[in-house]
Amino acid sequence: MSWFTKAKKPLEAIKELRDKKKDIPAGLWRKCDRCKEIVYITELERNFNVCPKCDQHHRLSARRRIELLIDDGTFVEKDAALHSLDPLKFKDSKKYKDRLVSSQKKTGLKDGIITGWGKMNGRPVDIAAMDFDFMGGSMGSVVGEKITRAMERGATNRRPVIVVACSGGARMQEGTLSLMQMAKTSSAAGLLAEKKIPYISVLADPTSGGVTASFAMLGDVIIAEPGALICFAGPRVIAQTIRETLPEGFQRSEFLLEHGFVDMVTHRLEMKASISTLLDYMCHGLDAGAGR
Amino acid sequence: MAVTCLDFEESIVELETKIEELREKSRREGVDFSSETKKLHKKVNRLRHDVFKKLTSWQRARLARHPSRPYTLDYIQFMTTDFVELHGDRAFGDCHSIVGGFAKIDGKPVMLIGSQKGRQTKDKIYRNFGMAHPEGYRKALRLMKMAEKFHLPVVTLLDTPGAYPGVGAEERGQSEAIARNLMEMSSIGTPIVSVVIGEGGSGGALALGVGNRVLMLEHSIYSVISPEGCAAILWNSCDKVEEAATALQLTAQDLIRLNVIDEIIKEPLGGAHRAPERAAHILRRVLRRHLAELGEMSSEELISHRRGKIRRMGDIAMA
Ligand SMILES: [Zn+2]
Repeated sequence: MSWFTKAKKPLEAIKELRDKKKDIPAGLWRKCDRCKEIVYITELERNFNVCPKCDQHHRLSARRRIELLIDDGTFVEKDAALHSLDPLKFKDSKKYKDRLVSSQKKTGLKDGIITGWGKMNGRPVDIAAMDFDFMGGSMGSVVGEKITRAMERGATNRRPVIVVACSGGARMQEGTLSLMQMAKTSSAAGLLAEKKIPYISVLADPTSGGVTASFAMLGDVIIAEPGALICFAGPRVIAQTIRETLPEGFQRSEFLLEHGFVDMVTHRLEMKASISTLLDYMCHGLDAGAGR
Repeated sequence: MAVTCLDFEESIVELETKIEELREKSRREGVDFSSETKKLHKKVNRLRHDVFKKLTSWQRARLARHPSRPYTLDYIQFMTTDFVELHGDRAFGDCHSIVGGFAKIDGKPVMLIGSQKGRQTKDKIYRNFGMAHPEGYRKALRLMKMAEKFHLPVVTLLDTPGAYPGVGAEERGQSEAIARNLMEMSSIGTPIVSVVIGEGGSGGALALGVGNRVLMLEHSIYSVISPEGCAAILWNSCDKVEEAATALQLTAQDLIRLNVIDEIIKEPLGGAHRAPERAAHILRRVLRRHLAELGEMSSEELISHRRGKIRRMGDIAMA
């Protein structure tokens, strides 16, 4: 679990700014927290939350992520009803149960991920997309189960699998059961590898903790969005430990590319085309009926 | 071994010291204090029982991290013979926070791998406080693959605060190293028995923990995050470690109920650090039983057993 889930989310920061500047009509504009330019919300949405001025990739909901990657009208959602049972009856300053309910209200999801299958430029694929707005995209039993099932469906139906990671890490409120989701999803990725089913892992800002250290780092091809924080231990924890300032660009997508841990850094609006091109190569055996 | 004593151990240790003093005095002066020592013995036993019967989660966490608690190399010394340590990940270096190599348990060869903490300051630094770098996980995987190749069962001992939050560890891909271990361990065709002997700290522990059997010593913990980290994030306060430890349900007793582990291994009364050889003897007997059971299974059975076990982890509702 990383530390920045407590940090002020960009949206909240923007909301604050908006409230201060009464001359900007709420809901129509947003101030980009990187370039500080004012951008139309509609323009930003049309651009899948990529800032039209500076290209900053702002967070994207799971629902929009599916729209970005899957052909219109072809998506079939699976396991939408799965939800957590609060196995530990966890309570800190707030009950886990209440946190779940408020996240459910906020996102319209039962838990922090959408899974299903659909077509990508005509090719059937299984897909899972995490949603950061649901408790920081944290992985508990439900998220782990849905990713595992998506991979199993890919293995059974011999369809390539795409998982978009966006997560603060394992969900503390489900304790060691969350930790075990790392093993469960990684084992499922192993099943895909054994069956020679292509698995593409897409890393969005942020991908950290137990999510990075499991299925997210196990793709045949790993694609990162530009500028995304990708780490196991978060930069704040590391800075505290070593008591030094961290190198420029540390743990960002481009840093991982340089160190050999991702295959490419791809612009969000080119993601679908890029994955399709890759799958044309990677499905060579599947299309020819190999291994059936 | 230097005796460090936790607050709830104090009264016990005090009485023990008194008994020792009386014995010494009786030896020196030739006076018989046996009725007094007998009484004190009874008293200390009762006290030990009372204290250890109602340990809180936080007390257990502190026992799990007890500076005198036996570490992997202690268990290797006390319960194996002919240990041959192997080094290096064949890519970058050798991590001293994870040790591994061939060893014999009751004369039977195994591959034994475990996290290693240090005892004195210099040794602690050498072992990086038991926090592995990616090379450690990669070495462990290399040894597990070798074990599979030569038909040796694998025993892993988990005892780490967690992966190392450092620049080098991140640069060299500790996420990838842990992830790869989780994936590869799930499909290794040889028996794997994993035992949490102290601190099972998050991904760094799990990276050695995908076993056909996952066992925990009575006073060990296994958690997604440390109580301190959890308190800081969820309570915004370092004073809430006790609450966090309880809420996280990280004790062996919690985790057997949550179906995360298979068995709790008894420790000598007062904890493994009070009688390390005895603790190792108990562990050896337990390992022998599990290795014998798993030895009956084929590679395919072992893999599907391990995968099935991992597959069931979690707690969800369908509608
Ligand atoms: Zn911008």
